[in-house]
Amino acid sequence: MTCLPKKPSAKKLGLVIDLDICVGCHACAVQCKEWNTSGHSAPLTDEDPYGSEPSGIWFNRVHSYETTPEGGGPGRTVHFPKSCLHCDDAPCVTVCPTGASYKREEDGIVLVNPDACIGCKLCSWACPYGAREFDEDDGVMKKCTLCIDRIYNENLPEDARVPACVSTCPSGARHFGDLGDPESEVSKLVIDRGGYDLMPEQGCAPTNKYLPPRLRPTEQTEPKRLQPQIEGDGPEGLMKWVDKMLSR
Amino acid sequence: MTRATSAARGWSIKNPFETPREDVALAPEVADEIKTTTCYMCACRCGIRVYLKDGQVKYIDGNPDHPVNKGVLCAKGSAGIMQHYSPARLKKPLLRTGPRGSGEFREIEWEEALRIATQWLSEVRNDDPKKLAFFTGRDQSQSFTGWWASQYGTPNYAAHGGFCSVNMAAAGFYTIGGSFWEFSEPDWDLAKYVMIFGVAEDHDSNPIKMGIGRLKTRGDAKIVSVNPVRTGYSAVADEWVGIRPGTDGMFIGALIGELLRAEKIDWSYLVRYTNAPWLVIEDEGSADHGMMARGDQGEPLAFDQKLKAVVDASQAGFTPALVGEYKLDDGRTARPAFELLARRYLGEEYSVERAEKITGIAADDIRRIAAELAEAAFDKEISLDIPWRDWAGRHHEKMIGRPVAIHAMRGISAHSNGFHTCRMLHILQILLGSIDCPGGMRHKPPFPKPIPPGPVPHGATTKANTPLDGPPIGNPKGPEDLLVNPDGSPKRIDKAYSWENPLSIHGCMHMVLHNAWKGDPYKIDVLFMYMANMAWNSSMNVPGTLKYLTDIDGETGEYKIKRFIYSDAYYSETVAYADLVLPDTTFLERWDCISMLDRPISSADGPADCIRQPVVKPTRDVRPFQDVLLDLGVRLGLTGMVKDGTEPLYPGGYPDYLVLHERTPGIGPLAGWRGEEGKDHGIGAPNPDQLERYIENGCFWQHELDDDQKYFKFANRSYLEYAKDMGFIPTAEPIIMRIYDETMQKFRLAAEGHGQVQPPEQHRQRVKTYFDPLPFWYPPFEEMDSGEDSYPFSAVTQRPPQMYHSWGSQNAWLRQISSRNFLHIHEQSAAEQGLADGDWVWLESHHGRIRVQLKTMTGVNPKTVWTWNAIGKRKGAWGLKEDAPEFTKGFILNHVISDLLPEKEDGYRYANADPITGQAAWYDLKVKLTKCDPGEPRETDPILPSVNPVRSPRFARMKFGLDLKGAPTDKVASEIREFVANKISAATGKTDGKNKARNTDEENNK
Repeated sequence: MTCLPKKPSAKKLGLVIDLDICVGCHACAVQCKEWNTSGHSAPLTDEDPYGSEPSGIWFNRVHSYETTPEGGGPGRTVHFPKSCLHCDDAPCVTVCPTGASYKREEDGIVLVNPDACIGCKLCSWACPYGAREFDEDDGVMKKCTLCIDRIYNENLPEDARVPACVSTCPSGARHFGDLGDPESEVSKLVIDRGGYDLMPEQGCAPTNKYLPPRLRPTEQTEPKRLQPQIEGDGPEGLMKWVDKMLSR
Repeated sequence: MTRATSAARGWSIKNPFETPREDVALAPEVADEIKTTTCYMCACRCGIRVYLKDGQVKYIDGNPDHPVNKGVLCAKGSAGIMQHYSPARLKKPLLRTGPRGSGEFREIEWEEALRIATQWLSEVRNDDPKKLAFFTGRDQSQSFTGWWASQYGTPNYAAHGGFCSVNMAAAGFYTIGGSFWEFSEPDWDLAKYVMIFGVAEDHDSNPIKMGIGRLKTRGDAKIVSVNPVRTGYSAVADEWVGIRPGTDGMFIGALIGELLRAEKIDWSYLVRYTNAPWLVIEDEGSADHGMMARGDQGEPLAFDQKLKAVVDASQAGFTPALVGEYKLDDGRTARPAFELLARRYLGEEYSVERAEKITGIAADDIRRIAAELAEAAFDKEISLDIPWRDWAGRHHEKMIGRPVAIHAMRGISAHSNGFHTCRMLHILQILLGSIDCPGGMRHKPPFPKPIPPGPVPHGATTKANTPLDGPPIGNPKGPEDLLVNPDGSPKRIDKAYSWENPLSIHGCMHMVLHNAWKGDPYKIDVLFMYMANMAWNSSMNVPGTLKYLTDIDGETGEYKIKRFIYSDAYYSETVAYADLVLPDTTFLERWDCISMLDRPISSADGPADCIRQPVVKPTRDVRPFQDVLLDLGVRLGLTGMVKDGTEPLYPGGYPDYLVLHERTPGIGPLAGWRGEEGKDHGIGAPNPDQLERYIENGCFWQHELDDDQKYFKFANRSYLEYAKDMGFIPTAEPIIMRIYDETMQKFRLAAEGHGQVQPPEQHRQRVKTYFDPLPFWYPPFEEMDSGEDSYPFSAVTQRPPQMYHSWGSQNAWLRQISSRNFLHIHEQSAAEQGLADGDWVWLESHHGRIRVQLKTMTGVNPKTVWTWNAIGKRKGAWGLKEDAPEFTKGFILNHVISDLLPEKEDGYRYANADPITGQAAWYDLKVKLTKCDPGEPRETDPILPSVNPVRSPRFARMKFGLDLKGAPTDKVASEIREFVANKISAATGKTDGKNKARNTDEENNK
């Protein structure tokens, strides 16, 4: 089986995803598909793209749920984008029989070496997040690379040197940085907003963090109403305004 | 045993099982070339960068410098590649060989196609040009196609606005001189309270998402979404108000009543910027009852509280009365418009209790929302230290804002009461003083315009081989501007600008096929359409529409709609019904212009327009439609397209037109880099290098207004003078907003028997009822006609953000997100009907029925069912295989939406539309549900026969990008770029949005 880096790097690159402003538009998912299909793991094969059951490799998928609070009250529709969380304690790596699945010492990114992958799918069984995608045609496992071919790539315009999903997100719900550096902006954002690990009980120590939906004003304020200033219920009360002096 | 311990024992062993470390290419080559252009995957018009490799489109992302999207791109935009390479693309001109709808065609050469089209079009033009009906769909070149129609000489032209959002446009133009739609935007950076009404995930799709992100990240504002369904923006709103469809007007009216009762209105804004103080004549039965009292020069009058006299209402500085009865010089009485308005909304009709019953929103919630609006507008007033001068030349030290911003679109629009509802919404904004102020809803130049704006519709008379005397589309200022015959019957094929819907300012494309088939008001010879899917999702009553297209005239043996020329880039459902198909290019293969003359890409901070440039050459024998239209114009010898009788005036086609055409001297399709030196903007001589300047600048032009011009544009001297100099408005006069609309009253008076142009008896009562100068709420027509009990549910669509135009179904990537739709219903409502999640049901309206599959949920109004629009498709279309879920399980509601209302007593059937604007009332639909028998097929019904007998070449597997992967290079950056979105800038106090390029600069400068 494969080892995690003996000396984990201080640097932990990852994403911070704000569930408060994700509108579920799928922009991140499609932009990811578009970049990566000619990127590091090219291609992201699509099966039967114009037929009855179109399916393909997507490194990032958006799931939508309805939730209802246990004590009653207004429910919510939650959009939840999900990709590899680049875990510190990545079971997909340790389960790999060939060393194909590995975590980079330099920046913590979890990758699959396709030359070593035998397509046994053990990693996809081990990953509790379902974040791995098997390319049947290539016979290898593929996954989010955190756009490793973008973030260091000086062949790209500078603004594009972030993961594709981050660069495209219309509402700005996706952030990228070094979560191993407590002084980084993303780390501070996580502290400020109470960012959390997805399914911490799995013990994977994911790098990516989710920011929870903020408390909504309707959930914290008392009902209010305006005080009528004119007399009576009907329109007659408006004659009170007859002497109003207003300068045009 | 690890290597470390082996080494410690002094051994040197190479692990035979060690996997070689992967050599990751951190900096592969990306592109041979990156070109900018403008996206066309929806109406948003974002700037994109297209990465080309080996002559192929490899990758598209958002242009960070672009004013619309500032670098972001939505799901549709990123899937543009799959649209560009879609197998549904047309390859060559087609001439029909089988019956209409069979999809049997013969491929022909362009010369033959153009010869046939020219022959058909010239026959009509030599006879009676109005027998050409030329209608375009989601056309982004309407200032060009409209001009072409007018040079040809037919008034029968419009684009798709009549079935899209004309209610929003018309109500806005006639009330505030601008509109929601795409001509304004919420002040996302300063608003404290934002209300979004109805489905709004369409126009301005990325700017709204960006705005919501910034506003919510700022954390000091509230978003309320009023929508029967909790998806999309409603999902992230701070409060979701699950209103019953079609009742928004009642809710808004109740809010207005609450605000008036509590005196939570901006009095000074009302007297300065609106016609609230103008005196309205009270003289029941006279020809000017309900009109504004006017002086000798036509100036409106008001009562001066200090002088105790009736004075010119347009002057500055006096003290107008807002209520009371005043004597005019002629002895008649008059009241300020404001009093009439206040009387209406303070009345019982708009009480909170009544609103609760009608809308389904709790009375306490209505009262609370009114209080929150008032709190945001008045207790959270914004004061910007920006000195400015008003229209009268008065200096103001600050700009005062009432930070309530409202946005609305299709959800309000697509009802038969949409015009009045939208007008009511604008009046709510006006009472709060929140239009074009800091924190409010902001106009985008060239708006605001005089009320109503621009030219009136032309085409009252048509003559063989003669252009119209002006543009066919315009804004009537009264009954005299209608296009009707002396007997009151319509002059246009779609009955636009007729008594049936006088302010149909975008035309009524949805009625063209029905009317042409019926020969009411007359028959046409040629139907010419462009990217409008009328045989499917763009028509109400699909089965009826197909009949209109295929019915044979018993006398002639020809189709009732004799000839049909259609242009599209893809094999849509409509292609199969055309006689002649002119294949268009994809959006990456063409020149285009998003013009200031049409629907530009301006922001509230300044005007902007943009172009598309061809980034790749077509691989098929196709031509850009605009080039084809110019070519036809030359062949027909149309004025403005030929010189010396036959020579093309624009030999280079559309790009030549874009640069050289002048609509009026100095004003052309593009506003940037005009003049021979390319130094003028707005008005200037044509500049031969103009397109190069656009390309150098990322394919767009923008101008940022000075800070003192950015707000109160309707009354801001500096802005008004700038707008006049740019040719946006004819004079720098202030634009006075109309809480009371005299234009409406003119039509009502005509219906009451006054004036030269009056409605025929048949339409009199209808005009009288609905042309109320003050907005009112009435139940949607279908509800009035069909009754609550027979059809207990409203049925509406929401727009899937990844696919809101019908084009999405052909897209290999987008259809993996959704390749079929369900009918969504509240779980309790389903249970009450004995229905469960996953059941197949018949959804039935008064017009027809379809079989659909249910999905239950909680975030939906209990009296509403809904589905995603534009996913269901017809077998054979869009290059999909015959068993695609879009055909077998996907559905559209169009089959059960009638294009006509039920018969009136006289047997006449009006269009299923708003009586003011003719806007198609899609969302008025009322339905009932019945569980299917267990033995019925688990698929949708009807499934119409295939429209394509030829199997398109299809493949089972796609490995797009495999051959586009870049070779490694050593250009590896040592540091990564951290990115946090929506950061609040220390310099401006605003969030930076997504302009990453700018972020970087700032970081570097720190």
